[in-house]
Amino acid sequence: MAEQTIIRKASHPRVAPNLGDYERECARFDWARAREQLSGLPGGKGLNIAYEAVDRHVAHGRGGHVALRCIGRDDRVRSVTFAELARRTNRFASVLRRLGVGAEERVFTLLGRCPELYTTVLGTLKNTGVVCPLFSAFGPGPVEQRLRLGDARVLVTTEALYRRKVAASRDRLPCLEHVLIVGRRDADLPGTLGYEEAMEAAPDEFTIAPTGPEQMALLHFTSGTTGTPKGAVHVHEAVVAHHATAGYALDLHPDDVYWCTADPGWVTGTSYGIIAPLTHGITVIVDEGDFDARRWYRILADEHVTVWYTAPTAVRMLMRATPREGPYDLPRSYDLSALRFIASVGEPLNPEAVLWGEEVLGLPIHDNWWQTETGSIMIANFAACDIRPGSMGRPLPGVEAAVLERGENGRAAVTDGRVTVIERPDTEGELALRPGWPSMFRGYLHDKVRYDACFAGRWYLTGDLVRRDADGWFWFVGRADDVIKSAGHLIGPFEVESALMEHPAVAEAGVIGKPDEVAGAIVKAFVSLKPGHEPSDALGRELLAFARRRLGPAVAPREIAFDQNLPRTRSGKVMRRLLRARELGLPEGDISALETVESAESGGVP
Amino acid sequence: MTREEALGIVKEAITSIVPDADFDSLAPDERFRDTLELDSLDFLGFVETLSDRTGCRIDEDDYPSLTTLADVADFLTDRCWRTRD
Repeated sequence: MAEQTIIRKASHPRVAPNLGDYERECARFDWARAREQLSGLPGGKGLNIAYEAVDRHVAHGRGGHVALRCIGRDDRVRSVTFAELARRTNRFASVLRRLGVGAEERVFTLLGRCPELYTTVLGTLKNTGVVCPLFSAFGPGPVEQRLRLGDARVLVTTEALYRRKVAASRDRLPCLEHVLIVGRRDADLPGTLGYEEAMEAAPDEFTIAPTGPEQMALLHFTSGTTGTPKGAVHVHEAVVAHHATAGYALDLHPDDVYWCTADPGWVTGTSYGIIAPLTHGITVIVDEGDFDARRWYRILADEHVTVWYTAPTAVRMLMRATPREGPYDLPRSYDLSALRFIASVGEPLNPEAVLWGEEVLGLPIHDNWWQTETGSIMIANFAACDIRPGSMGRPLPGVEAAVLERGENGRAAVTDGRVTVIERPDTEGELALRPGWPSMFRGYLHDKVRYDACFAGRWYLTGDLVRRDADGWFWFVGRADDVIKSAGHLIGPFEVESALMEHPAVAEAGVIGKPDEVAGAIVKAFVSLKPGHEPSDALGRELLAFARRRLGPAVAPREIAFDQNLPRTRSGKVMRRLLRARELGLPEGDISALETVESAESGGVP
Repeated sequence: MTREEALGIVKEAITSIVPDADFDSLAPDERFRDTLELDSLDFLGFVETLSDRTGCRIDEDDYPSLTTLADVADFLTDRCWRTRD
């Protein structure tokens, strides 16, 4: 392997990292001991995420500490202490109980990053319900589908979002019994209740029912290559991993001010934007606003943020505003001296971005890796350890990772239920993890077949291709399937293709990720038209608008190309790999190989 | 550039992202980014298009001036005027 820059760490940092010696920590770690860092429900009544995140700090005399610092779009800042958060979440849990919503029933949110979102998530967990936060930039299509697949019984949203994205499909969602509207609510909005009124009528006290660690707590939808989105199920015991991994990989200390820029509609924004930092009893910054370089620097400075967890797309947008060559006026006009540790997740962080952090912000950026299914950080660059820019780092204590030999379809080769672990360094294969950590997903809701397909030879198969160097650092290579990673979010091509094919002019669609400097990839669709329709700029625009209306900006394609001869397998499936190869201008040889690969795959999956 | 021309360019730049944007239902003081659901990437593309079409440099510091349609039109009229000076 080529020589590379390694970022060395100071031997005596200003704050001693939680994980000082990687090998020693790995050797002595076990999950049972990690569990002891948490309190458990009083009286030995089990383990509940919300109790660990909120109530136990009040019980330990830290009720006056600020839990949330909520910055509104209008820059208004509101602080919520742990005691106040305990009170609000008690009230929300009572609201659910009064509505007759019980254990393991699904409460969805479709909200911006407002304080009520945090109350709803934690209050639902107190009521031993299951919470499923949806990203508010989803269009009506993805929202309806997820509400249906997740058996939503309650939805908490705003009037504007409800009217725009839910009202039209409400009739088709008979399970959705209660819709609570945060903020202004038109008196004649049928089928809805006022969130504030319900909260005001609820008592301050609530006793959490006994909660088994294996009780379902969180539902996060993720996308696969084919079929509908998959609802990954996590249980209350996941909090053990949220807590332990945040200590190691985000280096959280009791007096930290922490900002995770991810929206809770994505797993990062829930696991590390709500649960993990609150279990550490620290102050969490919640910014309702969208990305804006100046706003972000101002928040880092004004709030004295010490630990910052963000995403490569955001870092690359900051890099555009302040290139490595300078001038550094923008960041340097803010006092970022409180900042101690920066981490990033969502897609691989390019080496350039790691070095940019070091040069422009004075701190390197620590990439880490995990998935919706893993529930918590699995592989990371640690505060005390050297960084190899471009590498996702090494497995966390308690996590066993391996690289598996691949078969013809690009995924791990399975022969008679067995897989082959690659020991030779720098060899590409599929990343696999040994199940057993507490935040491992317990299933895809109502979809045992696809859950079972994630495992082989006692390994969980991640779908990501990696290599491991001779010293144990993992390097991301690409996806082993057709799932698109755009701005840190997984997008299933099937969901986008299906939406496009609802348009009367579209015969067929193939959707791929087109490499993009900022987002990593953007969604690009190739469509063939039905007879009687001709490609035109106007139709292209119409299709973009059509898809965007249905899917919302987070999922919709940003580019559409017409192609009457979409490449297909013999079984008639559109070959996304070939579309991707064409888009990237890969040589003919590679394309023929891809054809073989795709044909083999379609043989197994009709 | 007249203000009218500027407004035309703004609408065109938005239409390239949200082709069916309904400008008639947008109040002059409405934050179009929220109403039309332009995410960060969309907004970046929007600013780039404005820059390309007008030849004006638009910096991070200018973003707060790009909140409503009227703001953006005013900004472009003013900035492009000064650039030409």
